[in-house]
Amino acid sequence: MSNTIDDIGISTTGERRAVVSVPGTTPDPDWVIVARGLKREYDMGGEIVRALRGVDLAIRKNEYVAIMGPSGSGKSTLMNLIGCLDSPNGGEYWLNGMLVSAMSDDQLARVRNKEIGFVFQTFNLLPRATALQNVELPLVYAGIPADERKRRATEALDSVQLGPRLHHRPNELSGGQRQRVAIARALVNRPSILLADEPTGNLDSTTSQEIMRVFENLSRQGQTVVMVTHEPDIAAHARRVVVLRDGIVESDERRERFVDRVGISHATTKVAHD
Amino acid sequence: MNPFEAVRLALDTIRTQKLKSAFTLMGVCIGVMFLIAVVSIVNGMGNYLKDDLVGKLIAINSFELRHRPNINMGDVDNATWEEYRKRKRLRYHEVAPVAEVLPEGTRYAVIADNQLSMTSQYGRGPRTVRVTGVEGDFFDIKALEVTDGRLPTPQEYMLGTPVVVIGPDVVERLFPNLNPIDREVRIAGVPYRVIGVTETQGSAFGMSFDNVAYVPYKAPARRLFNAEPTMIDAMMIQSPSEAEMTETMERVRTVMRTLHQLRPAEKDDFAMQTADSALEFWNKLQGYLVLAGVALPAFGLVVGAIVIMNIMLVAVAERTAEIGLRKALGARRKDILSQFIVEASTLGAVGAMAGVGLGVVIAMIMRAVTPLPTAVAPWSVVLGVVVGAGVGIISGVYPASRASRLDPITALRAE
Ligand SMILES: Nc1ncnc2c1ncn2[C@@H]1O[C@H](COP(=O)(O)OP(=O)(O)OP(=O)(O)O)[C@@H](O)[C@H]1O
Ligand SMILES: [Mg+2]
Repeated sequence: MSNTIDDIGISTTGERRAVVSVPGTTPDPDWVIVARGLKREYDMGGEIVRALRGVDLAIRKNEYVAIMGPSGSGKSTLMNLIGCLDSPNGGEYWLNGMLVSAMSDDQLARVRNKEIGFVFQTFNLLPRATALQNVELPLVYAGIPADERKRRATEALDSVQLGPRLHHRPNELSGGQRQRVAIARALVNRPSILLADEPTGNLDSTTSQEIMRVFENLSRQGQTVVMVTHEPDIAAHARRVVVLRDGIVESDERRERFVDRVGISHATTKVAHD
Repeated sequence: MNPFEAVRLALDTIRTQKLKSAFTLMGVCIGVMFLIAVVSIVNGMGNYLKDDLVGKLIAINSFELRHRPNINMGDVDNATWEEYRKRKRLRYHEVAPVAEVLPEGTRYAVIADNQLSMTSQYGRGPRTVRVTGVEGDFFDIKALEVTDGRLPTPQEYMLGTPVVVIGPDVVERLFPNLNPIDREVRIAGVPYRVIGVTETQGSAFGMSFDNVAYVPYKAPARRLFNAEPTMIDAMMIQSPSEAEMTETMERVRTVMRTLHQLRPAEKDDFAMQTADSALEFWNKLQGYLVLAGVALPAFGLVVGAIVIMNIMLVAVAERTAEIGLRKALGARRKDILSQFIVEASTLGAVGAMAGVGLGVVIAMIMRAVTPLPTAVAPWSVVLGVVVGAGVGIISGVYPASRASRLDPITALRAE
């Protein structure tokens, strides 16, 4: 391994190819996500919609990956598979060295609870519950006792600067604050990956930058992050950008190459890094 | 998710969805309320008949040998009446042979009675009183005591001395503000000496049991009790225990059949009336009433169940996104299932408890404004709560299983 300082948290193309290429082998647990030839088809009354047509993807611990692609290219479908909300029709999916594609419903629920932190475009908070109660939810299903739940949920909200808003309900919070509650909820069970499907899709650009700073910090602390976006300047916050087209991976490259290729002004990305 | 957590969540949801919960509660509540109230009223009627009416007429472990039953609660057909009418009356001379076969420790008494006119020089006008000629252990069997004076002596019974023990109503009427003891009273014109006053025996259905007088059977009034002076109305027999009563009744039957020269094929031409036989009709009726009392609320509960199920289905539809989210965050199918079932059964149980409360209130009101000693049956309370919660569970199962089967992605997208 000859990673430079700059390379920390980025796997090389060669490493990825190596881990993806041999079907059936258990990847090194260092690889959080390994998808080999992942397929997902929808049967729409006779007409088969092939949302994913064989996706190879490997993401190592600490990576910060953005997934891009035109509308309908299969980004959300892929995120749902990675997040164990859905099962593939073909191919294999390994999460932390476990073969997810062979799991039962209850095992999937357990994995979602322990290993996955989800952040949605529409926040998806329970409207009648307070920020604290919303963040406690994954801990409830993890069977954590009430006092510890409260302590950990408070801690998670503190970490996204929402300490003073514990008892506010979602309609008493701004969009950015709501999304930070959602991030706290995603992180409260210390998942191995944070998955975000268009986390800034419903936010204005200032608030989007705010959320991107939260992600950046998490990534620096070692959190593996995968986010879907169709805004190149949001994607540019990640260290690696995967582009999907028609259900397959079109490109998978470092941020710098992506930025150069699509020509985002350096200033935009620079701001986010400070 | 542990059960405590599930109940807390259910209560939270119920709190935040007040209107919907109130409607759900109402179905169960009304059903359970009816159940409690109807059962307690039927029980009250039963207790009233048993304790206040029949209990006062027929003493414990005792039966009355009569030519026909005198407590008939409406279920005697014409043919039976016809047969009753033709029966031989009981005669005084039959008492001795019957008494002969009674097991040791058995008490018995002779009774003959009629409504007779009583007068005294101290009170207003004649008073119609139920006068009973008694002999034997009458006062012991009835556990009837005197508050003043004494009971007739064996000698007075034997000689038919004209002495009388009168009830409080008679005292009030014929001896206002006077001590009646040793004063004279006339029964159908014949003078008697008052020797005692009985304790009060209360009343039932507005009928006083205190407008009574007791004389020795052999006293002159005997001629006025029945068409012939040797006729008696009943022989009252009391066994020391319930177990011995059956045996005693068998013996009495045998003697009576011999005395009446009945052939084996012939039916008894006399009656042995127990508290149970007097209540037989009531017991039958009570069965129907309880059935109706359970069927009606049951119908209400079924309606309640349908309402709950519909409301829960709407709730599931409305909360599709929430269910999806919970699943995405790690809720298993059984977590969602139990969430909805606990919610429905909590609603059912809370409704049932409200119903129990209202039912008890209705029973208490009935007790206050009617003579019925309504009593809330503990079993009906338990049944009410169990059924209420059960209705909740049953009506929650289908919506809950629909909810638990929701695919998280579809559910999430529902927002
Ligand atoms: N549940 C479904 N049933 C049928 N077809 C579906 C379903 N979900 C997705 N698809 C189809 O699969 C393809 C990929 O959809 P997907 O939602 O993954 O796209 P996307 O890249 O997330 O698009 P967008 O940028 O618009 O969110 C589309 O053609 C879509 O119509
Ligand atoms: Mg999408």
